[in-house]
Amino acid sequence: MRDLTSLPTGQSGRVLCLRAGMGRRLMDLGFTPGALAACVLAAPGDEMRAYRVRGAVIALRRREAQTVILEEDNHE
Amino acid sequence: MNEPRVIALAGNPNVGKSTLFNGLTGMRQHTGNWPGKTVSAARGLCRMDGEPVMLVDIPGAYSLWAQSAEEEAALENVCFGGADGVLVVCAAASLERNLNLVYQIMEAKDKVAVCVNLLDEAEKQGIRIDLEALSRHLGVPVTGACARDGKGVKQALAAALDTINQPPHPRRALYPEPIERAAAQVEVLLPEEVGRWVQPRFAALRLLEGDGLFLRLLRQRVTVDASVMQAVERAREALSLSPQGVSSLLVEGIYQAAEEACQKTVKTPEKPSDATLRADRLLTGFRGVPVMLLLLALVFYLTIRGANAPSQWLSTGFEALGRLAEGLLARLGASALLRGLIVDGALAVLGKVISVMLPPMAIFFPLFTLLEDSGYLPRIAFTLDGLFERCRACGKQALTMCMGLGCNAVGVTGCRIIDSPRERLIAILTNSLTPCNGRFPLLITVAAVFFGGGGAASSALLLAGLIGLSAGMTLLLSCLLSATVLRGLPSAYTLELPPYRAPRLGQVIARSVLDRTLFVLGRAAAVAAPAGLVIYLLSRVTVSGSTLLSYLTGFLDPLGRFMGLDGVILTGFLLGFPANEIVLPLILLAYGAEGGWNVPGDMASLGSMLRANGWTGLTALNVMLFSLFHFPCSTTLLTVYKETKSGKWTLLALLLPLALGVMLCALTHGIAFFL
Repeated sequence: MRDLTSLPTGQSGRVLCLRAGMGRRLMDLGFTPGALAACVLAAPGDEMRAYRVRGAVIALRRREAQTVILEEDNHE
Repeated sequence: MNEPRVIALAGNPNVGKSTLFNGLTGMRQHTGNWPGKTVSAARGLCRMDGEPVMLVDIPGAYSLWAQSAEEEAALENVCFGGADGVLVVCAAASLERNLNLVYQIMEAKDKVAVCVNLLDEAEKQGIRIDLEALSRHLGVPVTGACARDGKGVKQALAAALDTINQPPHPRRALYPEPIERAAAQVEVLLPEEVGRWVQPRFAALRLLEGDGLFLRLLRQRVTVDASVMQAVERAREALSLSPQGVSSLLVEGIYQAAEEACQKTVKTPEKPSDATLRADRLLTGFRGVPVMLLLLALVFYLTIRGANAPSQWLSTGFEALGRLAEGLLARLGASALLRGLIVDGALAVLGKVISVMLPPMAIFFPLFTLLEDSGYLPRIAFTLDGLFERCRACGKQALTMCMGLGCNAVGVTGCRIIDSPRERLIAILTNSLTPCNGRFPLLITVAAVFFGGGGAASSALLLAGLIGLSAGMTLLLSCLLSATVLRGLPSAYTLELPPYRAPRLGQVIARSVLDRTLFVLGRAAAVAAPAGLVIYLLSRVTVSGSTLLSYLTGFLDPLGRFMGLDGVILTGFLLGFPANEIVLPLILLAYGAEGGWNVPGDMASLGSMLRANGWTGLTALNVMLFSLFHFPCSTTLLTVYKETKSGKWTLLALLLPLALGVMLCALTHGIAFFL
């Protein structure tokens, strides 16, 4: 299964579902099933990355980004 | 006069609610381009067509499903605040995300209007929004605005006021049929009073998704008996869904509605021109670190370079004023003691504080406000997050440290943006390790006198280095706290990086000079004059042949020597407890008291005076270290107590930096001794 952290900078993928955890917060920010998310920036150390979703840029740490599962083979 | 009608301003963080609020009320709520500035709801009156209107500026929220203190305040204010209408402010460039909150609020209330703000920003990205079509689609009034230019502000309020007399019919998001059926089953059992606050369907949906905070707030106003809760349980069982399962379906449903609304009303270009992203490729990541340090050094360079001459003028002016007052008092027949108290005590410290403080502040605060308004601060938090993660702290602590550069009391209050209580406490306890603006003059002056061989540039680099040291110590102590009294794992958090916005120069100057510079200066001046009186009295009142001041400095001298300082310096820090700004003037005055009150104005003679009093390069270094790391000022400590409501944590906030400072100073002194 691919999650958000598998996206290299500049690539995007479609959200399939969310693992339990901070699911509701991430969904409220726009990471709902079907949403297009693009990785746009990586912070030094690569612990935190920024993703563009629904017109806004949201930075997430690795642990949170791993809870967002992406659809397979859907490079856009 | 009529009772004012009440309009609540809601919206995502950082969409311009406070700007709109300020534009309408003429008040000056703190604004800036980063999420989380407004931490508690503010109220302000304005007039519309001669009628009074009360505006409530609600903290930013992504959702009514509250996950932070700000969002709890938002939920309570929107649903139970008793406002006559709600104006939801949206950012045009991320409308789809903003509509999540719009749909949630439309679910709760009828009298809703939408203001799509920051239209200019969206236009630059090539995004065009058909506001009329959006209004038809949502079923509520929609207006557009560029609140920073004052455009569309009145119209937005007028639209919100119209909904009071002519309630619109919001087109609500629809959910899968079984959910709707379950909601209907719960809804019929709800007591009628629920409708006084929110739409009954909204209440039923919140109960189905197990929103504990909503239930608690509802129960404070309405009796919700056990039969309702049993019906909720039964309905969920029939759906074979957990509360989280219901919750997910609700957000999905809302985002489907938001997507549909945007497809019909928003035109986004194929390839959006994204200046923010291009800038961010330069300003974040590994390249971001040197850029950040350079920016910091540049701010200090401009501050030091620009402040020098005005400081001299002010100093000369105050000397002349002192002579004038002296002459005037003498002619009025005032005694020597009274003349000394006023001229050599109160006026001297006041003059020093203003001439040393005002120029750097009047330069630093506007520069800092420029950075704040441009949207650079969240990038600092993003770039440094890896370090904070390793210290098991929250990356937003970088933001509260930046606020601390202005004023530590503000920084401590700002820690409310950190949601995890553990990480918030760490940020509060370590905030005073970041030198506030009141400490810059001492750092700049001492650096310039003792290490200023290369002029403003080398002082600026030294100062940037000191800030780096204080940031390093903050990380170290955060790490220590995480491993000892505040043990725990880093909590989940999200950080939005807003688009860069070109700051409005006029507003930057007005806000930084009026709200910050004069405010901080006023506070310092208020304690400067009394402190001047105290030190003058201490230096004049003698007991068995010695002055009280010499008793005090003599008592503190051994401790001072141990730290490579002296008794006078420690006395200055102690008497400077109400405000760090007066520490250096007090030290100079205390030295001057023995030499006939001649406090030099220029750097060269200042240096020779300090050297004559036994200062070496090591003394200067330790004075700077102790200025960075000692007890927080009284205002900051009081704020820590207000925020933590605990004497224990307040005491720790005092002892932690103090212990660090004493240790560092003793260490450098010890090393120098053995070399």
